[in-house]
Amino acid sequence: MKIKSERDFWSGLMFVVVGIGFAWGATYYNFGSSARPGPGYFPFGLGVLLAILGGLVLFKALTIETEGGDKIGPWAWKPLLWISGSVAVFGWALPHLGMVAGLPILVVVAAMAGDEFHWRDALINAAVLTLGSWLIFIVGLKLVIPLWPAFLAA
Amino acid sequence: MDLLNNLALGFGVAFSLTNLLYAFGGAVLGTLIGVLPGLGPVATIAMLLPSIYALDATPALIMLAGIYYGAQYGGSTTAILINVPGESSSVVTAIDGYKMARQGRAGPALAAAGVGSFFAGCVGTVIIAAFAPPLTELAFKFGPAEYFSLMVLGLIGAVVLASGSLIKAIAMILLGLLLGQINTDVISGVPRYSFDIPELTDGIGFVVIAMGIFGFGEIVANLGMPAEHREVFTKDVKGLMPTKEDMKNAFPAILRGTALGSILGVLPGGGALLSSFAAYTVEKKMKMKPGEVPFGQGNIRGVAGPESANNAGAQTSFIPMLTLGIPPNAVMALMVGAMTIKGIQPGPQVMTSNPELFWGLIASMWIGNLMLIFLNLPLIGIWIKLLTVPYRFLFPAIMAFCCIGLYTLNNNPFDVYMGALFALVGYLFYKLGCEPAPLLLGFILGPMMEENLRRALLLSRGDWATFATRPLSAGLLLAALAMIVIVMLPSIQRKREEAFKEED
Repeated sequence: MKIKSERDFWSGLMFVVVGIGFAWGATYYNFGSSARPGPGYFPFGLGVLLAILGGLVLFKALTIETEGGDKIGPWAWKPLLWISGSVAVFGWALPHLGMVAGLPILVVVAAMAGDEFHWRDALINAAVLTLGSWLIFIVGLKLVIPLWPAFLAA
Repeated sequence: MDLLNNLALGFGVAFSLTNLLYAFGGAVLGTLIGVLPGLGPVATIAMLLPSIYALDATPALIMLAGIYYGAQYGGSTTAILINVPGESSSVVTAIDGYKMARQGRAGPALAAAGVGSFFAGCVGTVIIAAFAPPLTELAFKFGPAEYFSLMVLGLIGAVVLASGSLIKAIAMILLGLLLGQINTDVISGVPRYSFDIPELTDGIGFVVIAMGIFGFGEIVANLGMPAEHREVFTKDVKGLMPTKEDMKNAFPAILRGTALGSILGVLPGGGALLSSFAAYTVEKKMKMKPGEVPFGQGNIRGVAGPESANNAGAQTSFIPMLTLGIPPNAVMALMVGAMTIKGIQPGPQVMTSNPELFWGLIASMWIGNLMLIFLNLPLIGIWIKLLTVPYRFLFPAIMAFCCIGLYTLNNNPFDVYMGALFALVGYLFYKLGCEPAPLLLGFILGPMMEENLRRALLLSRGDWATFATRPLSAGLLLAALAMIVIVMLPSIQRKREEAFKEED
């Protein structure tokens, strides 16, 4: 068996796996009957439907010829990891270190995802954005965001 | 005249100082993100949702609406001047607009786009005001079965008219519906798919999904592409005034674009993007005048038509959202979310329960369009300057605003972590060629769909035939089926592929 479309093959597989996963998960909830549908009724049907459609996509990916195999192509690992990593780090840093430290960390780490990274630019950007966010979100919109590190505020 | 009374009420609301300021703010922000490639209205509105907690419902919605139609104005500027569409709906504008700019005619191209957008915006506003009330009347006749069928039609419509593989798009809807099942069941109170994580029993916030996939995911995709070569025709923008000949050519195209956009905007899945593609195709099919510049070489009709259409479509896509509570595209899905945040249940009752909001929003659209034409034509120089800001400054700024927005949703870092997770998911979708917009629509409609399905089944005592025997419901389902069949026909399929080829 040869994969004719790489993108469709993997997306089909993803749909099948997720569909079965949700349908299987739905069996833990009361299915009810058509006259009295329970919490498991709708997700079970959806999960089965998704798995079927995923199967169709898989079938097409294995049978219908595409130009150049519809390759997924190289993954942009560097931006992917830096960007999602910076978000996750910010999630930890904001409640612990406050915005004064969390936001510059986010901006600098995120900036490392780009091809051109200069410490000077990143730091200027971080300073401007932190000041701007403080003015917009804390002073202007009066949102409750920790500004200073938790150990200083306590 | 009811219409006049309603509009008078609307203008009364819209002309208050606060609302004027928010309409202006929305228009400016919309133009800004329209001009900047890589930042669209979906990500921006998602970014702003947390901050609207602090606002009243009317100014908040006025501002968000301004962002959407403002982006249609701004998007054309970038398309014409640097051949990079600032918005996906300006993709076709770049074809002839950029050619005109290269010939030193950037001014007339920008003017045609601006005037066309303004004209279309005015017509679109009138259409909303005229057609919303009768549609609302109809919507009151809907029971749960009809609502369910209508949502099926809306979701199917959203994908058949979009580009890409139909099966994959429907699968993405289902995936969205399933993600919407992660919540506490409304009827029985059972938490579903929460893995004992307390935050998940409230469901995933749609802002989290929108920001993760549309905000972060797109940044990753942009950074993964090789740095583009940008050439900005800033010096060449001198005379804005089009010649008499230009006006004569552009005006019919503006009329056609407006008509087409107004119709396509109302359809599920319609809106700005589809309208501009259709308008370009129509303009290309029209008979050429002797001596007219061919398409692809800088024909002014190729700018005026699509730009009018995308703005008309952006306006009229508010109709299904305002009257039925059913969003026809991802931006409207976020508007539904914004209304819910402000405690307004979207649906036909909005017009009677919140007339100030309803008519104020409509009136503000006309005012916003008026502001936009001034913002975009005389002040074009400012926006051009923006294009020189390098992306390496821009994307950390987007990240910063998104992350703060995520945190303030519930003052809980959990949403930030989920955002990071959906950044990975969003990039995966991008690599696998799965359109994320249907997923967001499905996610928004999921809980509503389930509730209506279960209520319809309860009423019919478990008889699925209720969807086929109630005439309105049957009609809606048949329409959905017909759409799928038509798109599957081989001849149409070929045409559809052709029509979307210009997108690449």
